Amino acid sequence: MDTVVLNAAASAAVPAQTECYHCGLLLPHDAHFVVAIDGVEHALCCAGCQAVARTIVEHGLTSYYRHRSALPSREETVPQTVRDLAAYAVPEVERALSRDAGGNAREAALMLEGITCAACVWLIEQRLQNMPGVLGVDINYATHRAQVRWDARRTRLAAILEAVMAIGYRAHPYDSARAEQARRSERDRALWRLFVAGFGMMQVMMYLVPVYLTDGEMSPDIEQLMRIASLILTLPVVLFSAAPFFAGAWRDARARHLGMDVPIALGIGTAFAASVVATVAGSGQVYFDSVTMFVFLLLAARFLEMTARTRAVITQEQLAQQAPAVAERFAEWPASDLAEMVSVSRLRVGDHVRVRPGAAVPADGMVVGGASEIDESLLTGESRPLPKRAGDDLTGGSLNVGNPLVMRVTRVGADTALAGILRLLDRAAGDKPRIARVADRVAQNFVLALLVIAAVVAVVWHQLDPSRALWVTVAVLVVSCPCALSLATPAALAAATGALHAHGVLITRGDALENLARATHFVFDKTGTLTTGAMQLIGVTPLAGNIRERTRAECLALAAALEAGSGHPLAHALIAAAPASVRHRCTECKHFAGSGVEAVVGNTRLRLGAPGFVAELCGQPLPRELATVAHDVTAVMLGDEQGWVALFTFTDPLRPHARTVVRQLAQLGKHVHLLSGDRPEIVRHIARELGIAAAHGGATPRDKLDYVRRLQLDGAIVAMVGDGVNDAAGLAAAQVSIAMGSGADIACSASDVILLSGRLDALLAAVRTARAALRVIRQNLAWAFAYNLVAIPLAACGYVTPLIAGAGMAASSMLVVANALRLLRRAPPRTTPVSATVTVAVN
Amino acid sequence: MEIVYLLVPLSLVLVFLIGAVFFWAVRRGQYDDLEGPAHRILMDDDRTGSG
Repeated sequence: MDTVVLNAAASAAVPAQTECYHCGLLLPHDAHFVVAIDGVEHALCCAGCQAVARTIVEHGLTSYYRHRSALPSREETVPQTVRDLAAYAVPEVERALSRDAGGNAREAALMLEGITCAACVWLIEQRLQNMPGVLGVDINYATHRAQVRWDARRTRLAAILEAVMAIGYRAHPYDSARAEQARRSERDRALWRLFVAGFGMMQVMMYLVPVYLTDGEMSPDIEQLMRIASLILTLPVVLFSAAPFFAGAWRDARARHLGMDVPIALGIGTAFAASVVATVAGSGQVYFDSVTMFVFLLLAARFLEMTARTRAVITQEQLAQQAPAVAERFAEWPASDLAEMVSVSRLRVGDHVRVRPGAAVPADGMVVGGASEIDESLLTGESRPLPKRAGDDLTGGSLNVGNPLVMRVTRVGADTALAGILRLLDRAAGDKPRIARVADRVAQNFVLALLVIAAVVAVVWHQLDPSRALWVTVAVLVVSCPCALSLATPAALAAATGALHAHGVLITRGDALENLARATHFVFDKTGTLTTGAMQLIGVTPLAGNIRERTRAECLALAAALEAGSGHPLAHALIAAAPASVRHRCTECKHFAGSGVEAVVGNTRLRLGAPGFVAELCGQPLPRELATVAHDVTAVMLGDEQGWVALFTFTDPLRPHARTVVRQLAQLGKHVHLLSGDRPEIVRHIARELGIAAAHGGATPRDKLDYVRRLQLDGAIVAMVGDGVNDAAGLAAAQVSIAMGSGADIACSASDVILLSGRLDALLAAVRTARAALRVIRQNLAWAFAYNLVAIPLAACGYVTPLIAGAGMAASSMLVVANALRLLRRAPPRTTPVSATVTVAVN
Repeated sequence: MEIVYLLVPLSLVLVFLIGAVFFWAVRRGQYDDLEGPAHRILMDDDRTGSG
């Protein structure tokens, strides 16, 4: 009661508090959690917030509340129990996750979760610095990463993690730093080259502009001084910044291949050498300014292109980093729940592993204990967490966002779905698409033609005006770089692939995007593609047996009891529909493959399954009700020794978006076909419902293959959409095969495109992005040809100075790369409904 | 105009000096976190421990 009084007193000074002081959520009416800060009590919403807030106050860190500019995120206010951290206390694990920092000091990189504003960084830093044994903390606000050094004799990694968790954040050792290191150093080197070129360019301009402005009035001595100064400044630009161009040209020359680096290196080399000669001789023109500017602008265009590629592969890297390094294995499950930390590479099939909330699933497996929600967004693009309970499959690399789970490992290492996805992505990256090969070939011919033109220009100008011949030739070489051909096409393809991955669409072959954009016919499989493949209970009809008629709920409870241990899709539907209040226990449970199940409940012997199978037990003719069942549903009977008990009817429901996808594909001018091995009347029914005119049922795999071949003979570009397992032949024959992927099948899939999210509407996104990518590539090619058609003749006629040539060419490359980057914007916004509601609550 | 003979070499020296300083700064990670330190200066560390 004290609390209430104090709260009332506080509310006299401040407006009545309706939100939690720590996390900002609305206060529940019966909340009685408080924290005293500087003598004023503040109400809190839950025990979790109370624990966190009290820890902050106890350590004298209340300025956090004065300086914070954002409220903490919701999840992290749930404190993790200290026991969770015992896992990191194992010396072997601690050694694996940290490195020796000299003497007794150890150092580890930590990933911090839950940082919302700069005050959080301060709070964590202060808390850790005050810990005995911690030698140094360095938190990067931008990357949410911390470097911690500690004295191994005085404290432990686990204690540090515990301290961070006690103030409401989640910290875990970050061990994939090495993977990122390579990408960062590449980027750093590129930035350095760019910086040196830019700096050199500006300084060279400073020396040479006065020479231009005074127009010969400058004394020869001073002019020579300016030239020497420019030469000294251009030296690092040519030797360091332009090194990749020379290296590329050298590589091309050795491979007897004409790449775009050849004319660039020739242009830079000639211009620089001629300028050096002119400087030493003290006569003739110098173009150090052109050289430096050309290098700078070219590097800028390359840097832009590199950024595009990096952003496209970033999802792939996140994926690779998603796999955790350590797992918590139960030594003797289920006898004891004692767990040990082991490195993931030591996990074996059949091991039992604990997956904590907030942790990633270490390998593929099946839930054997607990129920939770799993976030598979990085794998499938599906932003909603999926509920998982005993018997459900788990994909390695997905994130447990709910409760602790116990799983049995079913696949490890290279066999896991995550490894399969990464392999497919690698294959796609290594597979040069036709369109890029064409662009390469065109570029090579273009360079050859360009070199010939440059030679002709040099000879002709030598006759006309020998003093200008060199610089006109350099201008021709520089102005007409085939970057639009060689740079922009790969950039566009990478950007489109990256954007699609965010939609949960995996492109596994280089040609897939082009074929998808050009496809004229879409052939769909039915089961598992247009329909979910998961049976749904649509009707329960209790039947009058010899004794009495049971209620619907009783029938369902009996059926659920019989199917309790089964993994059949029909069993899932029955168990889900059964009332939770009644739980029958069955004995003598026997499964008959393909027909049904028999068991004893109470003292009645029951059978559930195909009508004929159940009729054998109850010895009665099939009931009238069975005849009234429509053709497009599946019927399952329940009967005991006295007679029929119930009739259950199931259907395979359409996937959400199936109708939209079919309609929108038709609007895009595509022909939609339905081809299925299922009963013709069911297929016709589905086709009618979706508005597909061309539907064929009862097709064998052979028929499907012939059907695709026939369409192709008529000149169709066929895209086949299937579940990737039943229609392998048809998928292989089609120009582009699209598979609905989920967990297990991904690793062995041979399809060109995989819809990881299992959402049909991702197909529409894929088709639209593929068309956009093709459009961008065509625009870029058109621009490149138009530009060169104008620029080369102008340069050959001597209207273009090397300076203008460099600027024009670099601007052209920049334009095409920027155009390709537009494709990246097609990624969907990655906000989950959950975080949306949290935002509302906070506001 | 004789001063130019001094100023031009001097500017060259300055350019390389500035380049070297910048190189050092990047290597030492001075640009790694551009946002954190701006907020950090507002926090009064001396209150720590006093409660």
